Amino acid sequence: MSQFTLNLLVIGASFALYIGIAIWARAGSTAEFYAANRGVSPVMNGMATAADWMSAASFISMAGLIAFTGYDNSTYLMGWTGGYVLLAMLLAPYLRKFGKFTVPEFIGDRFYSGTARIIGVICLLIISITYVIGQMTGVGVTFSRYLEVSSSTGLWIGAALVFVYAVLGGMKGITYTQVAQYIVLIIAYTIPAVFIALQLTGHVLPQTGLFGTLNASDTKFLATLDQVVTDLGFRSYTGHHQSTLDMVLFTMALMIGTAGLPHVIIRFFTVPKVADARKSAGWALVFIALLYTVAPAVGSMSRFNLTATMWPGAEAGQTFSQPAVSLSDIETREDLNWMRNWQLTGLLNWEDKNGDGLIQYYNEAGAANAPVAAIVAEQGLVGNELTTVNNDIMVLANPEIANLPGWVIAIVAAGGLAAALSTAAGLLLAISGAVSHDLIKGAINPGISEKGELLAARISMGVSILVATILGLNPPGFAAQTVALAFGLAASSIFPVLMLGIFSTRMNKEGAMAGMLAGVISTLVYIFTYKGWFFISGTNMLPDTADAWLFGISPASFGTVGALINFAVAYLVSSVTREPPVEVRELVESIRVPRGAGAAQAH
Amino acid sequence: MSDRQSSNAYWQANLKLIWLCMIIWALVSYGFGIILRPMVAGISVGGTDLGFWFAQQGSILVFIVLIFFYAWRMNKLDAEHGVDE
Repeated sequence: MSQFTLNLLVIGASFALYIGIAIWARAGSTAEFYAANRGVSPVMNGMATAADWMSAASFISMAGLIAFTGYDNSTYLMGWTGGYVLLAMLLAPYLRKFGKFTVPEFIGDRFYSGTARIIGVICLLIISITYVIGQMTGVGVTFSRYLEVSSSTGLWIGAALVFVYAVLGGMKGITYTQVAQYIVLIIAYTIPAVFIALQLTGHVLPQTGLFGTLNASDTKFLATLDQVVTDLGFRSYTGHHQSTLDMVLFTMALMIGTAGLPHVIIRFFTVPKVADARKSAGWALVFIALLYTVAPAVGSMSRFNLTATMWPGAEAGQTFSQPAVSLSDIETREDLNWMRNWQLTGLLNWEDKNGDGLIQYYNEAGAANAPVAAIVAEQGLVGNELTTVNNDIMVLANPEIANLPGWVIAIVAAGGLAAALSTAAGLLLAISGAVSHDLIKGAINPGISEKGELLAARISMGVSILVATILGLNPPGFAAQTVALAFGLAASSIFPVLMLGIFSTRMNKEGAMAGMLAGVISTLVYIFTYKGWFFISGTNMLPDTADAWLFGISPASFGTVGALINFAVAYLVSSVTREPPVEVRELVESIRVPRGAGAAQAH
Repeated sequence: MSDRQSSNAYWQANLKLIWLCMIIWALVSYGFGIILRPMVAGISVGGTDLGFWFAQQGSILVFIVLIFFYAWRMNKLDAEHGVDE
C-alpha cells in the first residue's frame, strides 16, 4: 500500500470517528451548547482540555523550538504547564461556582457594568481570533503535505469538518470530539518518540532516555549532544545563554497567559461540581504532561539525528572522525529519501557552496572559536551548506529520519490535524459564545428566547468558522507574531481582572476597567514599538534586538509587566473611587465557597 | 459559629494553602529551573545538572502533584467548614 493511501485511510478514519461523535452528541439547549450541560466527568474534561490546549504549535513546533535552542527554551515547557496550577487554585473553582457561560459575563456581573463586559468581549475576540488563524493555517499545511491537495483545499475540508461538529454539538459535541482527538494526537506523538529513544539510548521511556547513555558512544546522551553541537560552532545544548530576567518574565507571561485564555477557562464550566473543577485541572495537566515531558526528548534526539546525518562520525560523538555527508549520498541513498521529500516543501535545503561534493553543516557565526575552524580552513569552506532547516520538520519528519514504518507517518499526520482542529473548535466556541451570549443576549437583545439564542449561537459559530477560514487562507503578516500577542493580552488583561474579581471584595468597576485598559494598551504599545504598528513591517520605532529592549525585556515577555501595570492601576483607581455595592460583595463571598454550585445549573 | 465567620475561616485557610503551593510552584520552576540553577549545578543528572532536569521534567511533575494535593486538601477543608456540595 502506498504512503498516500495509508495517510488517506488513517486520516479518513479519524474524521469518520469525529463526525460519528458529533451526531451522537447533538446539543438541544443553550446549557448544552455553551457548557455541555455541566455533565462532563473531571477526567474526560481533563482530556478534552488537553486537546483544546495543545495546538498545532505544541504538537508541531515546540519540539523544534527546543531542538535548536536547547535549555533556554525550557521556558515553553514550564510556561505552558505552570499556568494550570494557577487555574486550579486561583480561577477555575470560583468561576465554576459563579455558574454562568462566558468569561465576559463574569467580568460584567462582578464589576456591575455593561462597559466592562464589552471590554472583556473585545479582549476575548482579539486573543481568540489571532490564535485561530494559526490553527487554520496549520490544518492547511498538514493537509497539503500528506494528502497531496492544495493548502486551501485542505483548509476548506478542515473548516467543513469543524462546522459539522461544532455547529451541531456546541460544547457538548466539541468536548467528546476533543477526547477522541486527544487520544489520536498523544498516540501520534508518543510512538515515534519511543522508537527513537529505544534506538539511541535503549530506554522505552523518552523521559528517561533523555538522561540516559547513548548506545553508540557509551557516554551520556546529553553530554555527547553538547560535544557534537559545540564542535560545529553552535552554543551548547544544556547551557544557559539568554538573559535570566527575560527567561523568568517570558515563563511568567506564558503561565499567566495560559490561565487567562478564555477558551481554556470555559472548559472548566462543563464539570458538575466545584471540587471537580480543581481535580479536572490536575487531570488536564497529567494529559498535557504526557506530551510535554516527551517533547524535550523529541527535540534533543531529532537534533542529534539530524546532526549525525550530516556528520556520520557524530553518531558516536566523534564529529570529525568521518567526512561530512556527500551530495551524491543525499541525492541517491534510500534512507535519505526524507531529505529530498522535505526539500520539495521548502522547509529543508542544502547547497554545495565550495563544490567539494560534500555538504558541511556548521554554525558560521560561532565557527571561529570552535573545533570546526580547522575543517573550515582545511576544506576551504565558504559557509554553512545546510542552508535551510525549518523548526517544524523536527516533529513531522521525525518518523522518516528514524526510518519508521509508513503507518507511523500516517498517524503523525492524523495527530497534527487532531491538534489543530481541536484547538480551533475550542477557540471558535469561545468566540461564538461571546458574540451570541455577551453581545446579542447581553447587550443588543436581552429578551431573546432560549431557542433564539441557540440559533444565534449556531449562526455566529458558522460565521466565525467562515472568518477564520478566510483569514487562514490569507494569513495577515502578523500570523507569526500571534503567540506574543495572544499570550501578552491574556496575561495583561483577562488574568488580572479575573483574579482581582475573586480575591478582592473591594475592587470596583472603575479600578477593573482602568486596570484592563492600562494592561492591554501598555502591552500593545510595547509589542508594536518593536514589531511595528499593527505588525506592519517598517513601522517599528525601535529595532527588535536585545540591546534596544527596555531592561532587556523582549516583547513576548512583556505580558508579565503589563499584568503588573494592570494590578497596580486597578488598586490605585479603586482606592480613590466608591466601593462596590453590597450585592456585588455578596456575590464575591458566594463564589468563594463551593456549596450551592449545583443550583446555579438551573440558571 | 455563624455562616459568615465560618466562611471567613474557610477562606483564610484556603489562602494559606494557596500561598504554600505557590511558593513550591515558584521554587521548582523559577528557582531550581532558572535562577538557582548555578547553585544546584554540582548535582549531576544524566549528563547534565539538576537545574536542567527541573526545567525540562521535574517542574512539570511537581505541578501535577501540587494540583492534586491542593484539590485533596480543599476537599477536606470544604467538609470541615461545612461548605462542601
